[in-house]
Amino acid sequence: MASSMLSLGSTSLLPREINKDKLKLGTSGSNPFLKAKSFSRVTMTVAVKPSRFEGITMAPPDPILGVSEAFKADTNEMKLNLGVGAYRTEELQPYVLNVVKKAENLMLERGDNKEYLPIEGLAAFNKATAELLFGAGHPVIKEQRVATIQGLSGTGSLRLAAALIERYFPGAKVVISSPTWGNHKNIFNDAKVPWSEYRYYDPKTIGLDFEGMIADIKEAPEGSFILLHGCAHNPTGIDPTPEQWVKIADVIQEKNHIPFFDVAYQGFASGSLDEDAASVRLFAERGMEFFVAQSYSKNLGLYAERIGAINVVCSSADAATRVKSQLKRIARPMYSNPPVHGARIVANVVGDATMFSEWKAEMEMMAGRIKTVRQELYDSLVSKDKSGKDWSFILKQIGMFSFTGLNKAQSDNMTNKWHVYMTKDGRISLAGLSLAKCEYLADAIIDSYHNVS
Amino acid sequence: MNSILSSVLPAPEDPVLSVIFACRDDPSPVKLNLSAGTYRTEEGKPLVLDVVRRAEQQLANDLSRDKEYLPLNGLPEFNKLSTKLILGDDSPALKENRVVTTQCLSGTGSLRVGAEFLAAHNKESVIFVPNPTWGNHPRIFTLAGLSVEYFRYYDPKSRGLDFKGMLEDLGAAPPGAIVVLQACAHNPTGVDPTFEQWEQIRRLVRSKSLLPFFDSAYQGFASGSLDADAQAVRMFVADGGECLIAQSYAKNMGLYGERIGSLTIVCTSEDVAKKVENQVLLVVRPMYLTPPIHGASIVATILKNSDMYNDWTIELKGMADRIISMRQQLYAALEARGTPGDWSHIIKHIGMFTFTGLSEEQVRLMAKEYHIYMTYDGRISMASLSSKTVPQLADAIHAVVTRIA
Repeated sequence: MASSMLSLGSTSLLPREINKDKLKLGTSGSNPFLKAKSFSRVTMTVAVKPSRFEGITMAPPDPILGVSEAFKADTNEMKLNLGVGAYRTEELQPYVLNVVKKAENLMLERGDNKEYLPIEGLAAFNKATAELLFGAGHPVIKEQRVATIQGLSGTGSLRLAAALIERYFPGAKVVISSPTWGNHKNIFNDAKVPWSEYRYYDPKTIGLDFEGMIADIKEAPEGSFILLHGCAHNPTGIDPTPEQWVKIADVIQEKNHIPFFDVAYQGFASGSLDEDAASVRLFAERGMEFFVAQSYSKNLGLYAERIGAINVVCSSADAATRVKSQLKRIARPMYSNPPVHGARIVANVVGDATMFSEWKAEMEMMAGRIKTVRQELYDSLVSKDKSGKDWSFILKQIGMFSFTGLNKAQSDNMTNKWHVYMTKDGRISLAGLSLAKCEYLADAIIDSYHNVS
Repeated sequence: MNSILSSVLPAPEDPVLSVIFACRDDPSPVKLNLSAGTYRTEEGKPLVLDVVRRAEQQLANDLSRDKEYLPLNGLPEFNKLSTKLILGDDSPALKENRVVTTQCLSGTGSLRVGAEFLAAHNKESVIFVPNPTWGNHPRIFTLAGLSVEYFRYYDPKSRGLDFKGMLEDLGAAPPGAIVVLQACAHNPTGVDPTFEQWEQIRRLVRSKSLLPFFDSAYQGFASGSLDADAQAVRMFVADGGECLIAQSYAKNMGLYGERIGSLTIVCTSEDVAKKVENQVLLVVRPMYLTPPIHGASIVATILKNSDMYNDWTIELKGMADRIISMRQQLYAALEARGTPGDWSHIIKHIGMFTFTGLSEEQVRLMAKEYHIYMTYDGRISMASLSSKTVPQLADAIHAVVTRIA
């Protein structure tokens, strides 16, 4: 290997000379701890060895990020980015909630310090987030049976839980929906937690394969963790009905499985915080032990602040204390303690009655816009498509995303011919759609569905 | 109902935290907490730098800003500026595009991401850390999948560097092993190698093909000079070899709770750098997807504005100078009391911390009878002292040292 070193040809592999002119020392003259030394004693020639990382391969590109990049590069004026998992206004601009700006100004005025949070995060945030999820007076909270740790949005919270599962439930499997959010698999893989899938999406109905779901959950080894989307399933937009949720709870209880909720859209799906928490609260009523990961990325528009939480509902307050201590033990060697800014924003908004109302109004507005856009898209599809195809799934689906039922070739046609950017699984983000563009999108979908196979 | 969570055991107590809690629960009005690694003013209060407040106000006034997800590797502007800060503006490594920088969650996050990357891609999974080192180091590396070994570092007899032992242990390390080097202001001892010693360390590390992983948590905070505190890192980078650097802005910008830092990987070529960058993103994505924006924005605002940058260096030097002054005052106070023993290490050591040399027994007595709290290894945070509390500390040290040999 050494003999081929110089033949690698890159200029950075040439021997180097270091001398005092090339290194700046700054004003260390008056520093009692460091005497400026002449580098002339330190002249050296070091033949640079080949990199120990030479053999690393390029990883496959991230499918979702790739969409945004391709969109940016597209110069066509009709282009539409429906890959983005972030809310856009009717003008297709990012949106910072007014109540968030208010909270940040308040924080500035108050001059809060920037000391480390405890490992488990901001106490006021943890209290607020558990109450939002379960309802303030809920028995699980009153009985102190919930271990809540502030986490790095949904992803970070899922990861903490995954690490807990790996450590304390060795061999236990997580069963995830087919399909599910792409990063779920990465999280469990990295945490070394085995996973398998339960049927979920039925391409024939563009709806829920409920029987398949129940059968697969039943078949999973007893004590498996069942990953459930609390509301607004990503990527399909298809949620179980309340009656179906009851049956899901039944079969999970029957098999002594542990429900593991991913709640990334509370309030953002229906517009109501309580309504969107119904599935989680149903399980809490059953007295089950379960996990819930929360995110404030979408419902408070705090994407970049990375604010969320992992909640573990336990059978006793004592167990909750111990679980919390173990979650902290996982967080400490990962990032020591979580970032304060997003947590303070949430705590301030939730803790002030006026701001809390304002938040609810803005959330209703965002969810409302998406529902309006769904309706408009549906109306356009129905009026333009003479084939009689049933497009009602658009209205039945909920949340930011919609599975259109388009296959990969059809999705490619959407992009290549119509400059509509979406993911290859046929998912579109309604949050990136404006009323003004619904007709155009309808044309694109109709063309792709009927003329491409 | 079948409870599976009830079998989860309680986690063992974190030694630093248990000291903090013991202090918190002490009702004494004169209690002194010298265990935590956060800067305090002369009045004993936390400090938010003026320039940080200004930066935050500027950010709040900028209505064009949004809260969209950062790229996986963080705020690009922050990454560029952070790398320049540690490597120097004219670093050849930067000019040759062979440096990969990833915004991470302060020092801990940078170390963890770097360690996970190394566990996946470095042939050798042994990582050497100084004995002693920051308490969280071994946990971070072990959980990342590396196996931790120690090299001799602190010599309790001289209360200085066991340089011979250090060179021997590093010399015996397997080729390709990773070596954690604290760039300056060693935590917990306060003992740093001299410039000449760094050069010898560098030669040995390079000759054994060891991979340096710098932990730079105190740049500018140790000596008061950003450049001086980066010398060791720059010396290694200047020889053209590879290294990793974890940077933190917790102390030097007082941004503790914002969790802002960066992981820099210096590669041998642009090509390798691209592949490395790509793989580092794969570590980040399933851990927390993208890093938090607030702290990064504050740092970028300050570093890119020359007035703010200058103001920052002044406030930074102010903090470093106050700590140096505390060292001088404590040393003088012990000398004045004729406290038995050689206390000169207090002024020889550098940075936030110092190993007093007190035994665990003495430390416990300090807490129990004198209401002064430090970690059981005898480490005190000079940043928590003030002119008012130095005499109290000197009295207590004098007392325990004379009561317990």
